Formats: sequence, structure tokens, C-alpha cells
Amino acid sequence: MNVSEIKLLLHKDIKLELKQSYTLNSILLYAFSTVFICYLSFKGVVDVSTWNALFWIILLFTSINAVVKSFVQESPARHLYYFTLSSPQSVIISKIIYNSLLMLIITTLTFLFYIFYIGNQIDNYPLYFAALIFGSLGFASLLTMVAAISSRSNNNFGMMAILSFPIIMPMLITVIIVSKMALIGAKYSPVAWQYIGILALLNMIVIILAYLLFPYLWRE
Amino acid sequence: MKGLWWKILAILLLLYAIVAGFLVDIPDTDIKESMRNVFFHVGMWFAMLAVYTKSFIGSIKHLNTNSLDKDILAEQSAKTGLFFGLLGIITGMIWANFTWGKPWANDPHLNGAAIGIVIYLAYFILRSSIDDEHKRARISAVYNVFAFVLLIVLIGILPRLSSSTLHPGSQDGNPAFGDMDANMRYVFYPALIGWMMLALWIADLKVRLKKIDSEIENNEIV
Repeated sequence: MNVSEIKLLLHKDIKLELKQSYTLNSILLYAFSTVFICYLSFKGVVDVSTWNALFWIILLFTSINAVVKSFVQESPARHLYYFTLSSPQSVIISKIIYNSLLMLIITTLTFLFYIFYIGNQIDNYPLYFAALIFGSLGFASLLTMVAAISSRSNNNFGMMAILSFPIIMPMLITVIIVSKMALIGAKYSPVAWQYIGILALLNMIVIILAYLLFPYLWRE
Repeated sequence: MKGLWWKILAILLLLYAIVAGFLVDIPDTDIKESMRNVFFHVGMWFAMLAVYTKSFIGSIKHLNTNSLDKDILAEQSAKTGLFFGLLGIITGMIWANFTWGKPWANDPHLNGAAIGIVIYLAYFILRSSIDDEHKRARISAVYNVFAFVLLIVLIGILPRLSSSTLHPGSQDGNPAFGDMDANMRYVFYPALIGWMMLALWIADLKVRLKKIDSEIENNEIV
């Protein structure tokens, strides 16, 4: 693995995306429609817990839809080509970086749709934004690894949901707890920042595991 | 016979745990005699974690050596772990129904238990979705390693952080060990070791059975 390889692979992914601009647009439409459906169903009366849970559920489904294509977008033949050119570690790290960038964009826009339609209930802004950033980065790296596993099975899309829901739960529970603290007031702050630390730690564990395990998936 | 002594030890420890578990004096707390459930219910979780760990080690060994025997070890241990996990949930639900008035409460321990079951159900679905046995072994091993580490993080860290658990003796964050006096501990620790050994024994038997099965299958094809 080296930095220039990662840069090239990342560059390739971004260029591919800008050329087709298919993933980002479809995901934004998906996020917008989901938020709009919630707006129509809830009619503006939403308490803090519901506001919080609803946002993270929307974001979870949106991110699964965004990341699931990571390893099936390009043909197996082309994967073989990359396999001969670069180390597997470079491939997974570049995919994680790419999906993290994608997730930050998606999270920002979903969040804007959400506060525009459902309303803004945030009390502690720095804490909430920290939860958003670390939550979406964590989702990105974990789902990238699950996408890599499920792309090797016979039913990519179905397997992605089945495999990712159970193991994303630690992250989801943590992020829901911490963002709820940011909604109900600042007095829990020291404990809350501890949770942000846990999110960052979980993300690190996932990245290290992905780095170690991906070569076994790649080899065929 | 080699390897026989720990099986006999497991039986003796469990006999002791079951007999002493119903006879030992327990402290007079607000959950009364239902506290005896700790010798059986907590034992299930330790047994589950012991065989899940065995499955995790099997998966790592498979990734290193590519041997299908290690894959059988991982699969059958995970199956045994799932069984003990379900027993843990059932014993917990019966107890909770008497103590809390409902079989399921929103508690970090229960959420961890449920996730521990669902992760391994997903593992078996992943296995059944891949036909080629070498590919199936490798990919499910990757998932097993990945999921086990996250499960350990989940049940190790999160319950200690939240102060809202309903489990007795857990207020300082240590799962279920708090309220016990010395008498109970004399029964509790042997019980835990006994249940773990029993689970490892069951997993061992299942592995051997599966190996014989696959051997017979191979011979039939030839």
C-alpha cells in the first residue's frame, strides 16, 4: 500500500462519479423523497425522540443505498485489472475515503432537507454537528466493508441489508444517544463528548479490521 | 483417556452448581429467591461467549491456513453459541416476567443479547447464499471476525456507559456481579466455568459429527 496508489484510485472513483453523476443524484432524490414522505405523514408534530430517531433511520437507509454499489458498479474483469495493478489495502482505503466524502455530502444535504421540512430542534450545535460528522464517517467505513463482503455473495442488495443492520447497531445506538443529548440540552456535555470519542474509536476499529481482512475477500 | 478429565470436571461442576444453586443462602434483596437465576442465566451468556470465541479463533485459523476443517469448527461453534444465546434470552425472559412484570425491557444488556443473536443469524444466511465451499468458508470467516470484534465492543463498552440498566447489581457498570455475597460467589464461579466447559464440549461433538458427515459424503461421490 502506498499513498500515490490510494490517490490514483480515489481520483478514478471521483472522476467516474462526476462523469456519470448517477449515484449522488439518485441518492439525493431518495433522501429528499423520504424526508418529504415523513413531512407529509407527521404533519409537523414531532417530539424530540421521534425527531432524532427518524433522522438517523432516514440517514441509515440512505447511506446503505449509497454504499451498496461500491464494489458492483464496475465489472469483475475490471476488478481483476485493479488487482494486478495495486495492493488490496490501497483499494479498500481509497474506497473508504471516497465513501466517507460521499457520506459527508449526503449527510449535509439530508440534514438540510430535514430541518427545512421537519423543523429544527437542536440545542447544543457543536455536539450535534460532531455527532453528525463522526456518525456519517463511521457509517461510511463500516458499510464499505459490508458492501465488500456482500458483493462476493450471490445476492448483493439483499445481503447488504441483512449483514449491515446487526453490525451497525453499536454505532447507531451510540450516535442516537449522543445526538439526543445534543437535542435536550448542554448539561450532559462531558459524558456526551465521551460518546463522540467512542464513535471515533469504533470507526478506527472498523478501518483497522477492514485493512486487515479485505485482502482475503479480494483474492479469488 | 486423553481429554476425558475436563468432561468429568464439567459434569461435576454443573452438578454442584445445580444442587448448591438451589440450597445456598442468598442475601435478602428486593428480588428475593429469583436471584438464584443468576447461576443459570448468566452461565448461558458466558457459555455463548466461550463458543463464539472458539468460532472466532476457528475463522482466523481458516484465513491463515485455508483448511476446511477450521471452517467446520467456526460454523459448528457459532451454531452452539446461537443455541446458548437463545437459552440465555429464554431464561432471562422468564425471570424478567416475574421481576419486572414484562418479558422484555429496554435495557442495554437485552439489546446486546438480541444483537448477538441477530449477527450470527446473518452469518448463517451469508453462508447459505454462497455455493462454492472454499469461497463460502473464506467470506463467512471474514464476516465472522469483523462481526465478533464489533459484538465484543458492543457488550463490553456500551452497558458500562449508560446508567439506566435495570439489571440487579449492575449500577456500577459491572454486569450482574454486584449484589452477590461470598457464599453465592462460591457457587457462581464454578457454575460459570461448568457452563463454559459444557458449551465447548457440545461444540466439539458437533464438529466431530460434521467432519464424519462430510467424509461420508465425499466417499459417496467417489
